[in-house]
Amino acid sequence: MVPIAIDNVTLEYDTPAGKVTGVKDVSFDIGASEFVCIVGPSGCGKSTLLNVIAGFLAPAAGEIRIDGKTVTGHGMDRGVVFQDFAQLFPWRTALGNVSFGLEMKGIAKAERDRIAREQLRLVKLEKFVDSFPHHLSGGMQQRVAIARALAYNPSVLLMDEPFAALDAMTRDDMQLLLADVWRATRKTVIYVTHNVAEAIYLADRVIVMSAHPGTVQADIRIDLPRPRDPLSVEFVECQKQLMRHLGHKVSGNGAGH
Amino acid sequence: MQDAATTISAREAPGHSPGRAASRLRSIWRNIFPFIVVGVLWEIVAVSGIFPARLFPTIETVAGTFFALTANGILPHHAIETLIRLLSGFALAGVFGVTIGILMGRSRLAEDIFLPLVSICAPIPGLAYTPLFLLWFGLGSFSSILLVGFVSAFPIIFNSWTGVKAVKEIWVRSAHSMGADDRRMFTHVILPGALPYILTGLRLGLAQAWRVLVAVEMLAAVPWGLGWLIFGARKFLNTDAMLAGIVVIALIGLLLEKLVFQKIENYTVVRWGMVAA
Repeated sequence: MVPIAIDNVTLEYDTPAGKVTGVKDVSFDIGASEFVCIVGPSGCGKSTLLNVIAGFLAPAAGEIRIDGKTVTGHGMDRGVVFQDFAQLFPWRTALGNVSFGLEMKGIAKAERDRIAREQLRLVKLEKFVDSFPHHLSGGMQQRVAIARALAYNPSVLLMDEPFAALDAMTRDDMQLLLADVWRATRKTVIYVTHNVAEAIYLADRVIVMSAHPGTVQADIRIDLPRPRDPLSVEFVECQKQLMRHLGHKVSGNGAGH
Repeated sequence: MQDAATTISAREAPGHSPGRAASRLRSIWRNIFPFIVVGVLWEIVAVSGIFPARLFPTIETVAGTFFALTANGILPHHAIETLIRLLSGFALAGVFGVTIGILMGRSRLAEDIFLPLVSICAPIPGLAYTPLFLLWFGLGSFSSILLVGFVSAFPIIFNSWTGVKAVKEIWVRSAHSMGADDRRMFTHVILPGALPYILTGLRLGLAQAWRVLVAVEMLAAVPWGLGWLIFGARKFLNTDAMLAGIVVIALIGLLLEKLVFQKIENYTVVRWGMVAA
């Protein structure tokens, strides 16, 4: 929905041994309604970069602009989905979780219930509106988290390996669902993953990062028609190409899952 | 998608199984059994004459005294006086304990001020403060209530403080990203997030309150109260009345636990899956 500019962002950690550069001089632009995946080996700072975009961390140098405005902290123009299932509030039902952002915005109860139900229908959880998170499976909890991040209508969705802790079959279902949700909502999405196939399945563009310090190594456009078939020749070819980019950073056959 | 549906039904299945009544009976029996054993041993000692009957009454005698004292209103009067002191002191402890504990968890300054004080005062037995409180606030109910409040606040402070510290960072981040301001972060995230610990603190605080109150009632020279009943009965070797008083304390404790704490827990932290049932 809105373009994002990541402009020469550098981030440093304080460690007992002194300052360590986590991300160094990272720059790229993201178009409105674009689905961008950031992939890279662990330690390349991809999650850190996402946290900077979310406004949870401040960069040591450079800046991030969303729709022209410099990011100075967290804001309701961005929705965040984490990897950890524990991100949901256990004391609120699925509906209560999804309406949290609307409640913070001061929207009346009837209206926020209506919107929250609609969002839960979007992630196919309309039967579970009154369930507490601990009664939901991991995949369902992550779907509630997606609905929750979308409910207050942010223009950007930031996702930090949301399906990494799910089993392979559930993950496939979730990717399909997310592709549908994205097509329906046309949010600008930044999605961090270490899973090459997942990135190719979901993304318009894949940013490949390398580690120590984290820098952008390649910026690859995925032009496959949607919905994508992970077994097609083109998909597999794309996967090989992406793995080659990661190849000399990760061990030869370790890039797949 | 359908995996979730089966998870739900699998969890609910045991609740409707026919073996439920039988397992309930078994669990009641398991709870009662140790009391029966102790009761039988008690009767053997009481009947054997190792102690004079006056000092070691049989269960029938204690039960008789219990009903007689209940029927003539003496025991209920003692119990109500004690209960009022207990709840007043505990309410003080609850309000101040939770407030101070949460402040300590939220503010570095409050933590720096209160933690050393609380750490030093908490391990001191409540009775050690009693003479001081009696000199400051005089004999009677008022001193007892203040002392109960003071002593039982410590476990509440500690647990509320720990609870706030244990609130998951990811909840705070999620709430921040959804636009929660400080006030609503507190009421909508910190408070429910810390609730399992706060409830544990209140429970420990109530136990502490009982312990100190029963002893203080004698020292504070209050006219009525279970502690007074128990200590007063010693002068006349009324062990049956003492035991009746102890039974009432146990019953009130059990009722508070089952009717108040378990109900609150079942409705909140257990229902939310934050604490196992």
